[in-house]
Amino acid sequence: MQKYSLNVLMAALAVMLLALAHFRIIDNYIQAVLMFVGINIMMSTSLNLVNGNMGEFTCGHAAFMCMGAYTSSVLSVLFFGKNFGPPMFPESMAMIVFPAIILLGGVAASLTSVLVAVPAFKTRDDYLAIITIAVNYMVISAIENMDFIGGSRGFQGMKDTVWAMNDTISFPWMLFWVITFTVFCVWTIRRFITSTYGKGVNAVCQDEVAAEIMSVNTNKIKLVNFMISAGLAGCAGGLFAHIVGYVNPQSFNILKSTEAMVMVYLGGMGSLSGAVISAIVFTGLLEVLRSQALVDAMLSPVTLFFPDWDPSAGVIKWVFIPLLLVLIMQFRPEGIMGNKELSDVFPKLKKYYTFK
Amino acid sequence: MSLLKIDGLTQRFGGLQAVSEFNIEMKGGELMGLIGPNGAGKTTIFNLVSGFYQPTEGTITLDGTPTAGLKPHQVTSLGVARTFQNIRLWHDMTVLDNIRIAQHYRMGYSVWDSVIRGRKYRECEQRILKIAEELLDAMSLTEYAREFPKNLPYGLQRRVEIARAMSIQPKLLLLDEPAAGLNSSDVEGLIKLIRWIHDSFDITILMIEHQMKVVTSLCQWIKVIDFGATIAEGTAEDIQSNPAVIKAYLGDDTI
Repeated sequence: MQKYSLNVLMAALAVMLLALAHFRIIDNYIQAVLMFVGINIMMSTSLNLVNGNMGEFTCGHAAFMCMGAYTSSVLSVLFFGKNFGPPMFPESMAMIVFPAIILLGGVAASLTSVLVAVPAFKTRDDYLAIITIAVNYMVISAIENMDFIGGSRGFQGMKDTVWAMNDTISFPWMLFWVITFTVFCVWTIRRFITSTYGKGVNAVCQDEVAAEIMSVNTNKIKLVNFMISAGLAGCAGGLFAHIVGYVNPQSFNILKSTEAMVMVYLGGMGSLSGAVISAIVFTGLLEVLRSQALVDAMLSPVTLFFPDWDPSAGVIKWVFIPLLLVLIMQFRPEGIMGNKELSDVFPKLKKYYTFK
Repeated sequence: MSLLKIDGLTQRFGGLQAVSEFNIEMKGGELMGLIGPNGAGKTTIFNLVSGFYQPTEGTITLDGTPTAGLKPHQVTSLGVARTFQNIRLWHDMTVLDNIRIAQHYRMGYSVWDSVIRGRKYRECEQRILKIAEELLDAMSLTEYAREFPKNLPYGLQRRVEIARAMSIQPKLLLLDEPAAGLNSSDVEGLIKLIRWIHDSFDITILMIEHQMKVVTSLCQWIKVIDFGATIAEGTAEDIQSNPAVIKAYLGDDTI
């Protein structure tokens, strides 16, 4: 029974959320926040695979998200949209083809990651960080210069696919797919990283020379790890594009990469549950601090003395969040979870579930 | 046929000749010692055999297979395991995981299997776990299986490192100063351990060691090198009275 308790709990939660969304008990705004939580979970857990488990410092994760977003958007418009001529598939097929579109975006991102993985055979640390930034810029600039997909003006039209799904069966489809892919992402990473094969990644992190001598094919491990990580980020990008309905190369610049990195360091390097928790906390904070009333209340002691100052929530949250980061790095540099998992911190949890 | 045959091995780093014209031939089951003063090129020879460096000149043949151009992990999968002078365990993984990961080359399943976790995955993981547990049991390390190596005393870390090397099920075991940093009682244990490994597994051991007690009580044949060149070889008694060896270690008596 404990073997399935977590799965049952998660399935129940997903069904509840979907039902609430379907019967319009939670509005579009809450749904959007939930979907962004899902996407951020995918981004942070997949980056954690490289930055945390493998100990390589990469800061161009948004490049892979960008590749995924554009590939799946183009496919989506090609299959169900009208920008590139008549749709290739009937509307009723949208819900079957959609996961394939997202996965193909992941495959494209995963192939792009070879650009980073091959230099990573020989380079480490700061030098690899520079390469990843370079790849981030390469991807963005390449897309900005492709006029047939909109260039720097951005690309849209993938909402057609979402509407096609909705027209066939009315259902909160995007929420459903985000939940599905988030679970798929965490599940894949968890299984990979706890297998003896995947533990080779940790071996590379802790002592690469010893790993190579002890028969771990370090180059292959790095390649596989980068490809899994980038592939999942690509899936996140594809979903992001379909939620927003519009993509722009500049929305995947270094700031987006930094956001993913912040979530990884906030959660704790190499901790999968930490990455999930920090993605939820971080996205939640971003949304909560959007409330002007809350910001006014928090700053009321200050505005009392400076009545002319009228702080805007949209700006001031970028003071609070980095400040929070500074405080966390100062007082808990290992992140929320350190490199432990939830079940290490609360061993009693192990009684209630086995996570495979 | 000889298990390890090194012929005219030469390694230059720029102008420095670290190893010159080194030859060795080891039959299966031998236990040979490699000694020499600091900087003589002993560890370089190990690095060459394990594939870390590609030799400038000369050939290394393992059980009839030349190792030229092979990556270290490929050489390891041919049946060569080694330990390091300074212990290089994966300190943030349990002892059991250390032993399991060292079997990477015969994992037998792919990345997809690790995600899908079908029957093949379960069978392979069970096989790996069984081998690891048997080895831990044989090396009397079972009680430390869930410990992190960084929390173990130095002597035990040594033992874990040798166990990790043994989990490769090597034909040739290279021990790089196994007694370095051990106290005298640990050294006694280590001598017993190495002898026991040599007697109970079908294994050939080549060992670098500075402590003469370890070398003389274990090695059937000793090679002495200095400045990359072999200066003497023979049994322990031969070496101890060899004037070239005494000169290399203690210097000339002419001032």
